[in-house]
Amino acid sequence: MTDKFYLSSSPHIKDRDSIPKIMYSVIAALVPAGMGAVYFFGIQALWIILIASAASILTELLCQLIMKRPVTISDGSAWLTGILLAYNLPSDIPLWLPAIGAFFGVLVGKQLFGGLGYNPMNPALIGRAFLMASWPTYMTVFHAVPKNGTISGIDIITSATPLAVFRHAREIISHSTAYSTDQVIQAQDTISQLYNAQADLFFGRIGGCLGETSAFLLLIGAVFLMYKRIIGWKIPFSYIATVALLTWFFGGTEGLTTGNFLFHILSGGLILGAFYMATDMVTSPVTFKGRFIFGIGCGIITVIIRLWGGYPEGVSYAILLMNLTTPLIDKYTRSRIFGGR
Amino acid sequence: MAVNKTFKGGAHPPENKHHTEGKAIDNFPVPEKVIIPLQQHIGSPAEILVEKGDTVQTGQIVAKATKFVSVPVHATISGTVTAIDKHPHPLGTDMLSVIIEGNGNDSWMNTIKQNPDYLDLPVDKMKNRIQKAGIAGMGGAAFPTHVKLSPPPEKPIEILILNGVECEPYLTADHRLMLENPDEILNGLRILMKILNAKRAIIGIEKNKLDAIRLFQKKIKSRKKISVLPLKVKYPQGAEKQLIRAATGREIPSGGLPMDVGCLVQNVGTAFAIYEAVSSNKPLIERVITVAGPGVKEPRNLRVRIGTPFKSLIEYCGGYSNSAVKLINGGPMMGIAQYSDDVPVIKGTSGILVLDSKTAFHRDEHPCIRCARCIDTCPMHLVPTELASLVKHEKYDQAARIGLYDCIECGTCGFVCPANIQLVHYIKLGKAILHEKQKISEQSA
Repeated sequence: MTDKFYLSSSPHIKDRDSIPKIMYSVIAALVPAGMGAVYFFGIQALWIILIASAASILTELLCQLIMKRPVTISDGSAWLTGILLAYNLPSDIPLWLPAIGAFFGVLVGKQLFGGLGYNPMNPALIGRAFLMASWPTYMTVFHAVPKNGTISGIDIITSATPLAVFRHAREIISHSTAYSTDQVIQAQDTISQLYNAQADLFFGRIGGCLGETSAFLLLIGAVFLMYKRIIGWKIPFSYIATVALLTWFFGGTEGLTTGNFLFHILSGGLILGAFYMATDMVTSPVTFKGRFIFGIGCGIITVIIRLWGGYPEGVSYAILLMNLTTPLIDKYTRSRIFGGR
Repeated sequence: MAVNKTFKGGAHPPENKHHTEGKAIDNFPVPEKVIIPLQQHIGSPAEILVEKGDTVQTGQIVAKATKFVSVPVHATISGTVTAIDKHPHPLGTDMLSVIIEGNGNDSWMNTIKQNPDYLDLPVDKMKNRIQKAGIAGMGGAAFPTHVKLSPPPEKPIEILILNGVECEPYLTADHRLMLENPDEILNGLRILMKILNAKRAIIGIEKNKLDAIRLFQKKIKSRKKISVLPLKVKYPQGAEKQLIRAATGREIPSGGLPMDVGCLVQNVGTAFAIYEAVSSNKPLIERVITVAGPGVKEPRNLRVRIGTPFKSLIEYCGGYSNSAVKLINGGPMMGIAQYSDDVPVIKGTSGILVLDSKTAFHRDEHPCIRCARCIDTCPMHLVPTELASLVKHEKYDQAARIGLYDCIECGTCGFVCPANIQLVHYIKLGKAILHEKQKISEQSA
């Protein structure tokens, strides 16, 4: 034994979870989707993931060295940011793009605010928003076609993202007087084809960003994280349920309540966003009620952008905007203290 | 039980009770020297009655209660008072203590004798014996028991709850006492029910002590007013507010006391001491403790004299293991770390725990990542991370507004925090600073 005892406040024991363990668990949960990305889009996907990861970790290291703060790159949080950014990028982009996105996301989105725990918004999404604003062409049109074709044989879902195809067709139908009858009929046909491609949407054989296409692979990881109690069900559930309800009500082409909510859940970045980014601990509410409000808010903004906004997809902006409301939500949704009024 | 009675929140620290729960209580030999601090309870310190050089008998009062909220202190061995001096105390600060060197024959005061008709004593006499015996809550808080048993007439006690939960990991002293002295505990309970005129009594025991649950169920079969309540194994099930919530569904209002909801909680060890005090005038000079943890070679349950230094108890239990790094008065969740093993066992010592370098939590603090585990598990439904951060930034009044004083310091938040933030430390610090500030403003006013 030692000649001096440790002294500290209680409690004197601690459970085994730590910040690195949480971060590496999320990274592990994202592995199936990453393998899917390489399978669907080829080796280019792997390069993008590796470059975004390396750039994130390097940026964090440089920031901490320059600011003379403890170097914490081994906690896994910067690596996770890199992976999430890569999963939010299309596959056919030049390789300097993920590097710049990761640099901006970690520097401006995280380190300038004080590092892990102090960032108000999700750093990976900050990086993506920066790229989206600076190089919109790369970010929207440079999707590679999935290499292995589709299950359904429907090709329109591979040439562009299903949400972009949907948006264009819906535009034609809702302004049918401005288009020829043939165009309108073709648009209606497109929409019904989209609705029939659910197997491809679920397994991920569609155009889109690297890590977002396969709901199936993302859900495998999500189940693991829920089992480990690293993410809760409240934010993903309320987010997805809100999107389902609103797209069913407003998202159709033949009036209210004709929308296909399954199409909206499975396409775009909703599954990736709801389970892996809206649940980011640092930037989401901590209270019981707050998590529902956050999820519902993300859902409403996502649907507004998808159906009436300027972009086909709204998940990342929805989460970023709701991130900003987190302190306010927390402040007004505190639980009643035991024995309180 | 169809439903698992419990409360909202809480955590599941490893129980580690298997090392000692099967070991019978061992009587630790009468020590050669005891250190009796004048304050072992909450309230006014006792006033010294003996001088250096005096000869004392076991059970003799060495310091008397001065006020209502105070209890006397007794000599726990017979011998000579060799010093009256400041001595390290297990609750932190040095405390004036009577040091007695034993004469080896342990001769007791002759006032201690069995009275078979003790249940017919008038209530005032019972309470008087409890105060004279120096009894203070033995679950850890050490509040003078006779005060707790004197609620104002407008707050009658309807339900008496006997706390046999023992939710702190490692500790098994209450468990063993329940198995080995169930009749004495039940008689203590009858005394308590008579004093309080309580309508019914509930004995709360966690389900990890099925043998004790079955034993008490068998013993009370014929009594309608007393029931045994098996409780879900979850920390801090034995905390007063959480126990009352689980047993009755009633919630003590913020800042209130159990009597505000017609309840009163007594620890099983206290019930045993009450039985001894009322039935035979025996003062509280010994208690059962668990000496355990990976840092001690042969963990045990011991009946020890109050005032026995920790050091001799650890030697009795085989000594420290090579990796022992932390000595604790109490359990691992709420106990107090000691800098010296010269400190004595006091009335509120439920156990002595020695942790090794593997189990003792000693890691660097990281920034909060807002994982909300402290919030999800807080049994008082507080926001511990925000309380700690407000205290760090010296915003004490703001912390008080969001429930600083509601914290029961159970340690659940610190246990679950993945960032290793010493949440309880900051909360205790905030309370202490506010207390100091209040004292200063009262003095200047």
